[in-house]
Amino acid sequence: MTKHGATALRSVRLSIGEMSAIVPESLSFCFDIIVQGTPLEGAKLLMDRIPLKGYCPQCDETFDIKDFVFVCPTCGSTTIETIEGQELCIVEMEVE
Amino acid sequence: MKVSVVRNILEANERIAEQNRALFQQHHLLVINLMSSPGAGKTTLLERTIDALKKDLRIGVIEGDIQSTSDAERIARKGVPAVQINTGGACHLDGNMIRETFPEFDFSRLDLLVVENVGNLVCPAEFKVGEDFKVMILSVAEGDDKPSKYPLMFHESKVLLINKIDLLPYVDCSVEKIMKDSLNINPDLAIFQVSCKTGEGLAEWYRWLQERVREKPRASENESQR
Repeated sequence: MTKHGATALRSVRLSIGEMSAIVPESLSFCFDIIVQGTPLEGAKLLMDRIPLKGYCPQCDETFDIKDFVFVCPTCGSTTIETIEGQELCIVEMEVE
Repeated sequence: MKVSVVRNILEANERIAEQNRALFQQHHLLVINLMSSPGAGKTTLLERTIDALKKDLRIGVIEGDIQSTSDAERIARKGVPAVQINTGGACHLDGNMIRETFPEFDFSRLDLLVVENVGNLVCPAEFKVGEDFKVMILSVAEGDDKPSKYPLMFHESKVLLINKIDLLPYVDCSVEKIMKDSLNINPDLAIFQVSCKTGEGLAEWYRWLQERVREKPRASENESQR
């Protein structure tokens, strides 16, 4: 923050995939404690939950993966790619 | 002022894991990351696997536990190099912890390195340590609802060993349901039904694992050609 001339962190936004081992409530709880007495104090932790999304190369279609069944709903293929839902990323920060 | 970042939070770990992996590749060393709940049978599976394969393979073991050295002592009694990591509270191993054990090993004299993770069905699935693949154990005593409750672990593993099948008459657990639900999550999952107590089913696992070790130098040569 110092490097970029910022003095305070207002918020930080995370992407959290449905299939990541993250409990948003716990992360939020820890974040509020860990920032106390630091320049990050008062910052909001915003979290977007990303649902699981799959892509079937045979059908060239994307679809929602429901109930952790990794199968193409159109052709029934199991050779699919998981394209969203495993994220654990910092997406954006708001500073002053 | 909003600043766009878009960075993977586990990036630092993944970088170290990749360095570990490169080192293992240099030594044509197959590395597996063994995960399960506490008490599912990781150490017992390892003891039996070492007994069965140590005449053919040079095996090393990294034992991860929150506390105690009892698992590394059990493995060392089998006559293979074993290093204990005590995480002191952390519920999983990460790339850096594995890297710190390197001075204890001579990788040029090993064919297979097994990393026995901390007993936990959640976090170990998120952290790469430099392994070729993840292996998980689910014991039938834990119940057949585990794939649907802990999908990430089943999704990230290459192999599932369903252990303690000798207990099936005494527990309400459907192996068919475990297999169906885990294959929904991960259609490529290799599944073995075993009992580390009676030895049932283990021969297939030994054969499968030996085959992966045998393939290893070829796999790394393929990678270097890419």
